[in-house]
Amino acid sequence: MARRGQRPQTVSGVAMRRLILIAIPYLWLFALFLIPFAIVLKISLSDTVLAIPPYAPQIDLAAGWQGIKDFFGALDGENFVFLTSDDLYWKAYLSSLRIAALSTLMTLLVGFPIAYAMARAPDEWRPTLMMLVILPFWTSFLIRVYSWMGILANEGILNQVLTWTGIIDSPLQILNTNTAVYIGIVYTYLPFMILPIYAALERLDGSLLEAAEDLGCSRTSAFWLITLPLSKNGVIAGCFLVFIPAVGEFVIPSLLGGSRTLMIGKVLWEEFFSNRDWPVASAVAVVLLLILVIPIVLFQRQEQKQREAEG
Amino acid sequence: MRRLSWFNVTSLTLGLAFLYLPMVVLVIYSFNASKLVTVWAGFSTRWYGELLHNEAFLDAAWVTLKVAVVSSTMATVLGTMAAYVLVRAGRFYGRTLFSGMIYAPLVMPEVITGLSLLLLFIGIGLDRGIFTIILAHTTFSMCYVSVVVSSRLVSFDRALEEAALDLGCTPFAAFRLVTLPIIAPAVIAGWLLAFTLSLDDLVIASFAAGPSATTLPIKIYSAVRLGVSPEINALSTIMIAIVTIGVITASLLTKRAAVRRNAEEHAADRA
Repeated sequence: MARRGQRPQTVSGVAMRRLILIAIPYLWLFALFLIPFAIVLKISLSDTVLAIPPYAPQIDLAAGWQGIKDFFGALDGENFVFLTSDDLYWKAYLSSLRIAALSTLMTLLVGFPIAYAMARAPDEWRPTLMMLVILPFWTSFLIRVYSWMGILANEGILNQVLTWTGIIDSPLQILNTNTAVYIGIVYTYLPFMILPIYAALERLDGSLLEAAEDLGCSRTSAFWLITLPLSKNGVIAGCFLVFIPAVGEFVIPSLLGGSRTLMIGKVLWEEFFSNRDWPVASAVAVVLLLILVIPIVLFQRQEQKQREAEG
Repeated sequence: MRRLSWFNVTSLTLGLAFLYLPMVVLVIYSFNASKLVTVWAGFSTRWYGELLHNEAFLDAAWVTLKVAVVSSTMATVLGTMAAYVLVRAGRFYGRTLFSGMIYAPLVMPEVITGLSLLLLFIGIGLDRGIFTIILAHTTFSMCYVSVVVSSRLVSFDRALEEAALDLGCTPFAAFRLVTLPIIAPAVIAGWLLAFTLSLDDLVIASFAAGPSATTLPIKIYSAVRLGVSPEINALSTIMIAIVTIGVITASLLTKRAAVRRNAEEHAADRA
């Protein structure tokens, strides 16, 4: 018997352990991420039927090869045709994209000055400021969205303050409108915008700005010519981090939006839980993912580029 | 010391006010005596009392806590393995697919993740309940854990591991004695992240939960869908307080560790 750590079978033992190490997380994700997605794709190509489960066809393995052939033969793109024929769906997609894009822009406009001020703050303040920006992120998302319901309601605090100060005579209808959805998205995703921009601005070499000023650049033009271009990567990362989840958002339109707020996450939820139309819900999911693939791939590429630039 | 211009002071003040005012309002109104959440009728802790006697909320909180502890622990083990595979295992068949499966759930809309898992559970005939919520939460939070842990693994000196192996450590012992202590802060951060993600999740849990299990977010959502409720304000205040205490404690501990490390390095320099 060889000594510990110098066993003769070390080489094959290491290879075996490496294989197990790879296999466990691999199989887990394969079974609980990839296969479920394949099922969504399959059901999106099936037909709705009144049965349990409410879609057809099912694979009939007992019928052997013929069963599998019948199964594939019965799949079709009918649900996708249905999505294009009912304008609810494409309006919901367009409206989600518009709401996500506009609120990303608003988050940028709100978040940039905050990130900028954090980066200019005295060194000893920065950890505290960082913690203050991160703290809401650890607090329940649902509760943070909910907190706006009491503020924006017709008899809510905002309307009370505005009426009391005499700015308005009758309460503004904000809750259950798209405005409330914009406010909700900007509010909940603000830390995702601030942190990458702050990270980029913090690395910015202050002597560049001093050089620009020495060379007669005004503060404003130094900002446009130096600070903004050098924070570009942070801005891009922040925008993706807000835009991508905002497109498929469910909680915010459901709690703050009205019946006329069309967002695709909400449509999918209702299609599944209220209408119990699984094939259409699956088709909605597949199209949503196809729409998001472009920004996701662009984002990954941007991150890759940045990693290489830093590495 | 640099001084902040009035513009920067204003944007910081307004920004932080925007981030915190809604939560402050929630906390203040949780102590409101009136059932009408918009009318102030004096200080009262009545809603906290009612919350403590609300069996449904207590049950849901207990379920949520169980799910969060189990799923974040499983996610930490699986996520750390996945990070190790991504950073250390080199090339293997299907590596691109593997890293794709790690990163995709991070950007996948929750409604899609939830829907696909539900269809899987139904497809294989698994009864939905606590177990399926744990499976679902483990799956998406292990990806977050592996991102956090792999960023730490990338930045550490591999020679330390190799030295341990050369000195006769088994790979597992090298991992336990050398790698794990070094990546421990990232593993803990990953666990905390997975834990909060699980506590917080409404969408995926709604899909994965059957009628037999209800988590706190599902309960809160169905209570607030129709409007503001003082009991939920009280519950929110408790949750905000726990998170605040947790984050402040964690940051104080890291600060103290940093100070101690600094002092040790100074001592080593002098020696």
